[in-house]
Amino acid sequence: MTTNTPTKSPEAAAVPPSGAAPAGTNKPSGHRRLLTRRDRITLGFMAGLPTLLHIALVWVTALASVALAFTTWDGIGFDSIKWVGLDNFKQLFNDNPQFWPAVEHNVIWFVVLIVIPTPLGLFLAVQLDKKIRFSRVYQTAFFLPVVLSMAVIGFVWQLIYNPDTGLINSLIGANEPGKYIDWIGDPDLNLWAILVAASWRHTGYMMILYLAGLKGVDPSLREASALDGANEWQTFKNVIFPTLRPTNTVVLVVTIIEALRAFDLVFVFNKGAQGTELLSILVTNNIIGESSRIGYGSAIAVVLLLISLVVIIPYLVATFRKERRA
Amino acid sequence: MQHFSPSGLSVPSPSTFTGTSPSRRTLLRGIGGAAVLGAGIPLLSACGGSGTASDPKTVTLGSKASDAVPKKAFADIYAAYKKKSGITVDVNTKDSNTFQEQINSYLQGTPDDVFTWFAGYRMQFFAAKGLATPIDDVWKTIGGNFPEAMHKLSKGEDGKYYFVPLYTYPWAIFYRKSVFKENGYEVPTTWDDFVALCKQMQKDKLVPIAFGDKDAWPALGTFDQINFRQNGYDFHVELMAGKASWTDAKVRKVFDLWTEILPYHQEGSMGRTWQDAAQTLASKKAGMYLLGTFVAQQFTDKAALDDLDFFAFPEIDPQFGQDTVEAPTDGFMMSKSPKNKTEAVKLLKYLGTTDAEDIYLKSDPSVVHAATGADTSSYTALQKKAYDMIAGAKSLTQFMDRDSRPDFTSTVMQPALQKFIRDPKGVDSLLSSIERQKKTIFASG
Repeated sequence: MTTNTPTKSPEAAAVPPSGAAPAGTNKPSGHRRLLTRRDRITLGFMAGLPTLLHIALVWVTALASVALAFTTWDGIGFDSIKWVGLDNFKQLFNDNPQFWPAVEHNVIWFVVLIVIPTPLGLFLAVQLDKKIRFSRVYQTAFFLPVVLSMAVIGFVWQLIYNPDTGLINSLIGANEPGKYIDWIGDPDLNLWAILVAASWRHTGYMMILYLAGLKGVDPSLREASALDGANEWQTFKNVIFPTLRPTNTVVLVVTIIEALRAFDLVFVFNKGAQGTELLSILVTNNIIGESSRIGYGSAIAVVLLLISLVVIIPYLVATFRKERRA
Repeated sequence: MQHFSPSGLSVPSPSTFTGTSPSRRTLLRGIGGAAVLGAGIPLLSACGGSGTASDPKTVTLGSKASDAVPKKAFADIYAAYKKKSGITVDVNTKDSNTFQEQINSYLQGTPDDVFTWFAGYRMQFFAAKGLATPIDDVWKTIGGNFPEAMHKLSKGEDGKYYFVPLYTYPWAIFYRKSVFKENGYEVPTTWDDFVALCKQMQKDKLVPIAFGDKDAWPALGTFDQINFRQNGYDFHVELMAGKASWTDAKVRKVFDLWTEILPYHQEGSMGRTWQDAAQTLASKKAGMYLLGTFVAQQFTDKAALDDLDFFAFPEIDPQFGQDTVEAPTDGFMMSKSPKNKTEAVKLLKYLGTTDAEDIYLKSDPSVVHAATGADTSSYTALQKKAYDMIAGAKSLTQFMDRDSRPDFTSTVMQPALQKFIRDPKGVDSLLSSIERQKKTIFASG
């Protein structure tokens, strides 16, 4: 393609290009064009199509969902959409016995992920960073759960937790009347049982993130602290960990997202029954299926969106501010 | 920037740690995801149906019979019809769960001429929405084949027929004859006998009532049985239709009765599937199990299957006796604007005959004829008993999730009953919570 790059002098660009691009119908008069007509079409197409798709698939649908949150709609014909104002939200906050537990479980999910698997992943990363033998093998082993689909993890752990035939109850003999431990159904237990599975996976994820961060730490820092006589813990605490700051930010954001979008594992495990309600599952239960409650489900989705925004916006503001300073 | 992918699979390179755009992307993805969940559904409506051009020799049929046994049984019917009439039935089979979940968009798009569906409220809902064609002309021909109860089940709220039943099966309490014989148990016909039997079984180190409610729907069946035995068919229908109140003392009484037998149910039911619960009956660890006749699918051993028997849920209020049977019925409906209506009507007329039902039952003996006057000579003992039970019923119910709004049963009743089973003492606040949610759901058209 012939391209009149902007590096050419304006005089050259004003001359109608030969070949591919036919002379424009209206000659450039006031200002001089730097791009041929064909370039402009290509550019317009390349920028326009993604923009259109983006607007249609992201913004229009997002705003439609927000709008639907103020309506009731069974999904049959657009004329059955009825405006109900804030009713969906009122019902959600006052009448839905599953809503507040779901919010609580999402929060617990986040706290547990940040308190248990994240430090554990950091610990593993630090150990693996020491150039021990078979480091690759360990890395693969710990990272393997992350590669597995959540649904598969759900099935695997279901086999372990099954109250009648599962591994745990069979080993400790808790699958007989009177000694029953219902890992999947008991609302005091099932969330924790699932969180073990979630943590098992999250540890590997965190390990890889931290390992990558540790590889980026300047070795001279370690040398310097060794020369100053710092022991291993002091080096880690005062030198290495502070340099992992960018990694920590990523870890935090990843963990928040993991906690908010937790769905597949629980859905496979027990479909979000009592004790394991999550916002994402409430959205699905209300929207998918026959005679769906699309307005109500959208209201839950909007709540989830607002929570995400509350978490993400401060992070965005902070990063943009940093960028501007740089 | 790929480490934010929803699957969380990709390994980030260290250079991405200073990146700023991932969070923006994630933000947008979050918005998009929420929106797709909400607004994406109607877009699916374009995806249903086979969309073949109308051919006078072909009728299209959407089927949810994706399991091997029913799929073959249905295919046999269509093959026989082709032989008889020369009309090809073009079947479009979908996974049965998917079919049910997508039914809204499927019927709004370009559905097949005829589709498989359930009787009762679930049929009436789509009839009332104008998504099905009334088939009174079909019933003029086939009406004589069916008992009064089936006529009732096939009508929409407007009194027109919309449904052709094919087969049905009852819910009842299943037991093993040998276990009852060994222990000298007798089939209970009243509530007191039933409770006494439960107590005796517990003494004999049996689990009196096998139970698995992990899928949340089995408990709906227990509620149905106690409710129509205690309060009668009419009240049950009113309650299911959202007219009667859940805070009514009558409903409270049902939960009191349920609380009485709850201690005799198998422990740990929330984590157990119905299949696993059926296994405890098959292995003689449990004495009884309330379920549909499909429980027989879990009895793979021939001797055990022959040993399986059932009895109707015991009488509670003598005024109602055992006059109601829960008998979910499956069959066919015609979509709103069939491409080949003449042939679709003819096909439905054929599907409403005992011949078509005979062919189906040959391949799937876990259900029984919906028509009366069918040839029952090839029935197994279980089938015979099931058939008689349904034929002798004064009223038939379908099952809570077919008799009421599916959104109400799935988002309110299923979690509520699971909660009740966990904590029977909290029933009052539970019932008022159900009533509040019911009002809003039933008010929303």
